[in-house]
Amino acid sequence: MTNLGASGVVVSLSMALAAGLLGSFVLMRRMTLAADALSHVALPGIGVAILLRVNPLLGAAAALLAGAVLIWTVENRTRLRTETVIGVVFSVALAIGALLTTGEQLIDALFGAPSELSLWETIAAFAAAGLVITFVRVAKDRLVLAIVSSDIALTSGIDVRRLNLLYLITLSLTVAIGLRYLGVLLMGSLLIVPPAAARVLARNLNEMLSISAAVAMLSTLSGSWLAARSGRETGPIIVIVAASIFFVATLVGSRLRAARRAMRR
Amino acid sequence: MPNVKPGIVLAENRPASRDQVLAVENLSVAFDGVDVLRGLSFTVDRGSSVAIIGPNGSGKTVLLRAIIGALPHEGVVRWAEGTRIGYVPQKLDLERDVPIAAADLLAARARLAHASPAAVGRALARTGLGREVLPLHIGALSGGQFQRLLMAAALLGEPSVLLLDELTAGVDQPGQERLNSALERLRREDGATLLLISHDLSVVFRYATHVLCLTREHRCFGVPREALTAELLAEAYGEPIAFFRHDESRR
Repeated sequence: MTNLGASGVVVSLSMALAAGLLGSFVLMRRMTLAADALSHVALPGIGVAILLRVNPLLGAAAALLAGAVLIWTVENRTRLRTETVIGVVFSVALAIGALLTTGEQLIDALFGAPSELSLWETIAAFAAAGLVITFVRVAKDRLVLAIVSSDIALTSGIDVRRLNLLYLITLSLTVAIGLRYLGVLLMGSLLIVPPAAARVLARNLNEMLSISAAVAMLSTLSGSWLAARSGRETGPIIVIVAASIFFVATLVGSRLRAARRAMRR
Repeated sequence: MPNVKPGIVLAENRPASRDQVLAVENLSVAFDGVDVLRGLSFTVDRGSSVAIIGPNGSGKTVLLRAIIGALPHEGVVRWAEGTRIGYVPQKLDLERDVPIAAADLLAARARLAHASPAAVGRALARTGLGREVLPLHIGALSGGQFQRLLMAAALLGEPSVLLLDELTAGVDQPGQERLNSALERLRREDGATLLLISHDLSVVFRYATHVLCLTREHRCFGVPREALTAELLAEAYGEPIAFFRHDESRR
């Protein structure tokens, strides 16, 4: 069906599910551009991994996790907003990454280069996607209260700092799994566009999470298939499919809201 | 030195005993080197209703946020063991179309507070909020409806202490009456302790057992009728204050 192989298709769907679910919280926390920027932190890790001749995804994951901890630490020690700290960290990471990575490797890192996954890559991707999905399921209520008010969350017994760290780590994991398919530049899109489409249509949190996950998985599956059929790059096509769904959702959404208003009257 | 207050001990401070739910000792909070609160000490008795008053910028919200641990501070804040806090913050800046329904917020808080679905119904009834708001996005609620929703969320889990930062701001007059009466019932019947920030001095005189006044120069702590003199209020707010003082015998 695609050039990914059966395990690659399942892994890409797991990645999309994780991105759709976690991306919903990225959007609700007003961190869409910050999430996009965070994915760029992977670049120096990819560069170092290539220099050391280890798997680039390993380097990317290590850089993303280190970036998440660095962002969390700076955020807690200063009164800067998360997106500001991410902005600073990603700029430095991109500069270092561009110096370390060159030529075709840089293009692959930026835009993704899907290929047959090794056994350990498949296992690692499944495990990471499983962790992200479990985190969203377990921490959903805590994340909701923290979005409404960190003070309400605090007085509800939630360790808001720890929650923020876990959230940033799962965000890093999600980006790391998706790098193979979408690359550093486009991975953020899968965290932003499906939740944006869901937001237009959803009436509540469960609808938001379900629609976002469905759009992310549909975009990934159909985008991979279209890319294989047309012989084009996978990442850009996945993003274009997701964006198309978003635009259709905006058209349908306004009519849907009008119909709901009419039904309530 | 701007905004520096003298360190006045307003009450004998000791670790929270069985009769006390909160003891605050030498609490100081500063932002960028500027003191907002300095050397504040007071204790709160279980089942009391403490109104925190003062002009804008006097540190009322900062005080509430410091005692829940949301702000870095100096000094000691001791809560009695087993204290369960329900908190209603000051007006929140939420996007109108954030896809969290009122029901989602209540369900999340109820699950975390181990409250039953029946408790959600009771909390809604206490705040006078109709079930018709449950499917609506929280950002689409009016200011008054949202305050009632936050109050309902705060009531879940049977809190022993309620911290309320201008709870009735934006709530219509009947709604204010209902919320204030509900709070008074919670205090009298369930033994809840209330710490509330209010600009409505009539409400302070009517419902508060104690008042903590944070002003630029002076602090006061005590029974409202004794602590809040016309002179102190005029000094606190910079101009004479007219207010209606309810008859104490009605309480």
